Amino acid sequence: MSLRTFKKGGVHPPEQKLSADRPIEQLALPPKVIIPLSQHIGAPATIMVAKGDHVRVGQLIAQSGGFVSANIHASASGTVESVEPVADGTGYRRPAITIAVAGDEWMEGIDRSPTLAHDPGLAPNDILARIAEAGIVGLGGATFPTHVKLTIPTGKQANILIINAVECEPYLTSDPRVMLERGPEIMEGIALLMRAIGVSRAVVGIENNKPDAIAHLEQLAHERSGVEVQPLRVKYPQGGEKMLIKAIMGREVPSGGLPIDVGAVVVNVGTALAVYEAVLKRKPMVERVVTVTGKSLQRPSNFMVRIGTPVSALIEAAGGLPNDTGKIISGGPMMGKALLSTDVAVTKGTSGIVVLPQPEALKQKPQTCIRCARCVSACPLGLEPYLFARLSQHGRFADMEVERVMDCMECGSCFYTCPARVSLLDYIKLGKNEVGALIRARNAKK
Amino acid sequence: MNPIILYSALILAGLGAILAMVLYLVANKFKVEEDPRIDEVESVLPGANCGGCGYPGCRGFADAFVKSDNPSAMFCPVGGNKAMEAAAAIMGLSIAAKEPQVAVVRCAGSPAKRPRTAVYDSAPSCKLAATLFAGDTGCPFGCLGLGDCVRACKFDAIGIAPTTLLPVVDEERCTACGACSTACPKQVIEIRKKGAKGRRVFVSCINRDKGGVARKACGAACIGCGKCAKVCPFGAITVEQNLAYISFEQCKACRKCVSECPTGAIHEVNFPARKPTEAPAEAVSTTA
Repeated sequence: MSLRTFKKGGVHPPEQKLSADRPIEQLALPPKVIIPLSQHIGAPATIMVAKGDHVRVGQLIAQSGGFVSANIHASASGTVESVEPVADGTGYRRPAITIAVAGDEWMEGIDRSPTLAHDPGLAPNDILARIAEAGIVGLGGATFPTHVKLTIPTGKQANILIINAVECEPYLTSDPRVMLERGPEIMEGIALLMRAIGVSRAVVGIENNKPDAIAHLEQLAHERSGVEVQPLRVKYPQGGEKMLIKAIMGREVPSGGLPIDVGAVVVNVGTALAVYEAVLKRKPMVERVVTVTGKSLQRPSNFMVRIGTPVSALIEAAGGLPNDTGKIISGGPMMGKALLSTDVAVTKGTSGIVVLPQPEALKQKPQTCIRCARCVSACPLGLEPYLFARLSQHGRFADMEVERVMDCMECGSCFYTCPARVSLLDYIKLGKNEVGALIRARNAKK
Repeated sequence: MNPIILYSALILAGLGAILAMVLYLVANKFKVEEDPRIDEVESVLPGANCGGCGYPGCRGFADAFVKSDNPSAMFCPVGGNKAMEAAAAIMGLSIAAKEPQVAVVRCAGSPAKRPRTAVYDSAPSCKLAATLFAGDTGCPFGCLGLGDCVRACKFDAIGIAPTTLLPVVDEERCTACGACSTACPKQVIEIRKKGAKGRRVFVSCINRDKGGVARKACGAACIGCGKCAKVCPFGAITVEQNLAYISFEQCKACRKCVSECPTGAIHEVNFPARKPTEAPAEAVSTTA
């Protein structure tokens, strides 16, 4: 058994998987949940409830607002307190539904028993419809609506399903915990996904630093035909779907293309579990596993959390906010975003909460770029981050588009390796924003 | 004489003569007829090439001005009425004078009024910061204080005050070209008419949050209470989305709203110090 990985670029930050041995705990219901209407990439959902309405867990409270969009369900039962915008992690106010929690009353038809359900032989279209209905989005962090991803465009064909169980971000441990604790369910989910896209082969990609998860899934995979487990050499950002495809299939997704262009569909392992629950248990996406971790945190843990629970409740359950806290990050330390406040709610895309202590949290003062090109060698996509930073500084966004800034997946390897500590990734984010506006303006003209 | 030198000289001279002929013929054949007035108009423009008019530099403006069907709609904010008059004279037109304008900073959230709630540690650029987050204070609308406007100004007319950390406009130098206003990702800077003797009244806040939220974030915020709109005798003030706005056209600079505002969000500039007994009606008559 050889260890595969992608060749070009990548970095290896310290792994810091502090919470790897902590089983998933159910977090108590908070007194109030805040459910943003835009928890996915694409159009925000449309509100279907009004202030004062009584809702139950699993009730549809906001309907998908377009083709690339997702349904949103109440994650707690109670009364709708407000449908006013609420500040998200960046401080900007976004439309949201706030529910005052009372009891824990679920909608009928949702099977919450732990017994393993088996596929009764549903048609691919039924599987897709149930996934769309349940509002499943990619749980790896990019939150792309899963039913859209699984709808293969006409003229294209999927040959392989890749299950992304890499979890290459330092600190985060929710994926391996899910694999160890919910293995059989994941296998059912994989079988459903394979049927939905019509492939006979699925590969689970796991990095070699999770031997227990690899062994467990390999054992389960033996019982099924077409499912194999591929251990991978530890390297960041292997969890990016383009990198994972390169590692497993040896093929490169063309610039501006999607995995389906090379015949692959990549789905996160947590999403596979959510698909199983949505299709066979009719459970919409109302909770997810969140890693709460940090070096000075008392009890780094993995929690099963209802969507909309404030981050402060998670940190409290993990032993409270340490005094030396310098930064609280939603997501992993490489790609995650710093939070402005702990009142922010957990959304479908929150894979972890990382609490960094004071000295290491803040960026060091940037020096002048010395053109050492370390960022160029670190970029797994073969882009030139130093050039993007220069162009971005001078507002030359049209040139950034020519240099293919939109291919950047914001993994942050460039900033991680930069010896001058230039905020490369932030400049690239600005550039992507501006180039996105340019492209939209161009499309609107057509 | 060495024949090599002679031949070389003859060949070069011959080549020169032939190519000169070619150049002459080509120059005649492809001659570009350009309106001489474009050069004249360009010469009366300030030559700052700031782009404040919306054209690529002064030459671009002059070209558009000469070719325009409606040149009176165009304006050079830097050269002002003087340059426009001269340019119009070249074209044999007369253009109505425009009221002078100035950049106005509509945020008063100094650290004393608007406590910092976070630390920003990335590159010092407002545009960059605004793509990453709403700001290092509780107010997602206000000035970020990282100086994109200062870098955009070609006339050294704007700077960040060290105590308030807010931009301050030098009214003498400001040409109202609008570069700072365009550079500001939060649209904090408005290009507003200067007013008689530079006297004007404006709401120095753009926070559209509800009163309580805005007030909690910043002591100088407009809370949209509408007191100013009620007290205004000229109907110059509108409150939309929890934010008051004073229309310059209707405002008679009576300053009743300034003393009415509970948070001090309405600013008056260039007025003489108020006499304790001064009646507001007099103020109207002197400045209207």
